[in-house]
Amino acid sequence: MTGSELQVPRCPHCETLIWFPRSHCPLCTSPDLELVPVSGDGEVYSFTVNRRPTGAYKDAGAVVIAYVELAEGPRVMTNIVDVDPDQVRIGLPVRAVYQDDLLRFAPRPEAT
Amino acid sequence: MTGRGTAVIAGAYEHPERIIPVGSVAGVIADVVHGALADAGLGIERVDGFFYAGVHQGTNLVTMADYLGLGPLSYYDSTDTGGASPVSQVGHAAMAIAAGKCSVALVAMGGRARSEKRGSTGGPVPQDAYEGVYGLTQPAAYALAAQRHMYEFGTTSAQLAQVRVAAAHHAQYNPNALYRDPVTVEQVLDSPLISDPLHRLDCCVTTDGGGAVLVVSEEVARELPRRGVRVLGHGEALKTPGPGRIDLTYTAAAVSGPRAFEEARVTPADIDMASIYDSFTITVLLSLEDLGFCDKGKGGRFVEDGALLAPHGVLPFNTDGGGLCNNHPDRRGGMIRLIEAVRQLRGEAAPEVQVADCELALVQGQGHALGTRSAAATLILGREDVR
Repeated sequence: MTGSELQVPRCPHCETLIWFPRSHCPLCTSPDLELVPVSGDGEVYSFTVNRRPTGAYKDAGAVVIAYVELAEGPRVMTNIVDVDPDQVRIGLPVRAVYQDDLLRFAPRPEAT
Repeated sequence: MTGRGTAVIAGAYEHPERIIPVGSVAGVIADVVHGALADAGLGIERVDGFFYAGVHQGTNLVTMADYLGLGPLSYYDSTDTGGASPVSQVGHAAMAIAAGKCSVALVAMGGRARSEKRGSTGGPVPQDAYEGVYGLTQPAAYALAAQRHMYEFGTTSAQLAQVRVAAAHHAQYNPNALYRDPVTVEQVLDSPLISDPLHRLDCCVTTDGGGAVLVVSEEVARELPRRGVRVLGHGEALKTPGPGRIDLTYTAAAVSGPRAFEEARVTPADIDMASIYDSFTITVLLSLEDLGFCDKGKGGRFVEDGALLAPHGVLPFNTDGGGLCNNHPDRRGGMIRLIEAVRQLRGEAAPEVQVADCELALVQGQGHALGTRSAAATLILGREDVR
């Protein structure tokens, strides 16, 4: 799957794009959420470099954990990958990539 | 309504140990319950309300009521909002007392998170596949908020460090504090980065132990020899990202604080001392802004120049050393914040940090994580003669 294939739940009644996926719209309670494609583009809203990762990331060294604000609105928790952690900044343009079956984001080519 | 001023905190006890290598969680909680009862001068048979988050390392409200030998209770509450729980529970106890549901409410918590290397964590949650999978830790969740605050308001790591410096200054006068050495801003900045921009000394301690308080009706309080503390105002609020639009620049204290101030009919300028949840230094900075002690974005400036230092700062805070240096049992700090405010209002804080003529104190609890979803609870407490 590539970044442009990212789909996000959308409420057909109040038209809100929702993250994370769930059974009902948290705004209008509609249960009829549908998946709609989004661009996969976004910007870093905030980030941290976790220098003491635990669990599955125990041996990963430094892990960049971030909120990415999708161009369409939702702020999504994720990892920023394919980047030197010290180069990550708020506002960095990123694009969705899938790594190890997880939605992650990498800097957009024009940003590097 | 809590029935402003009609509930009195009549007893308080903080476990003196920070490392309890041998023993059970239930036994630790029994220790603090009996400590609080002795402090109040009440027998356990008088307890008719029990407030216990019910998650402390495998225990729950019913098993603990049994273990403690509590009687046929007329009211109980196992509200669990993480570290904010006891702060909420005191508000709930005041309401229950005002409604006539109970007259001696026991609020207790504890754990052995340090020795057992675990806190009170529940089972799977809906967001696991969208947050935990990315390696999110508690420090990382707060670091996300700190990073955004720096970006939006120009807050610096040195300003965050001032929070630790003040807590450490106070901890040197607390013989039970886990860390008693004063620290400098430079020492905080030189400590290893845990999750940028938070350093090790931006993070609270992990301890064993716990605490308990007794909230009683005015009628019961009149029987007791000890000076009590009045519950004047209570507010609580949750903050969630809703459909995924989190704003990291504020906490639910922006809602819980005004509710508590309104009920107590006082303003931030009236507060003599604050006990503010300090899981991380950023937690304090955001809470100070949200509670109205300074404008949004000015928390960094506010904590410079010794504003938080007891006894003479503009707003002496966490005069026991806080969760940053003193105690954060079961990875939950609300109870310990509460107990230090009670000490100050009774004039029983360490002499070096006792705020002169301390009449009004604020207690701020924060639970879960500011970087995702969180609970805030605010209490305004008054010296017994303040109404």
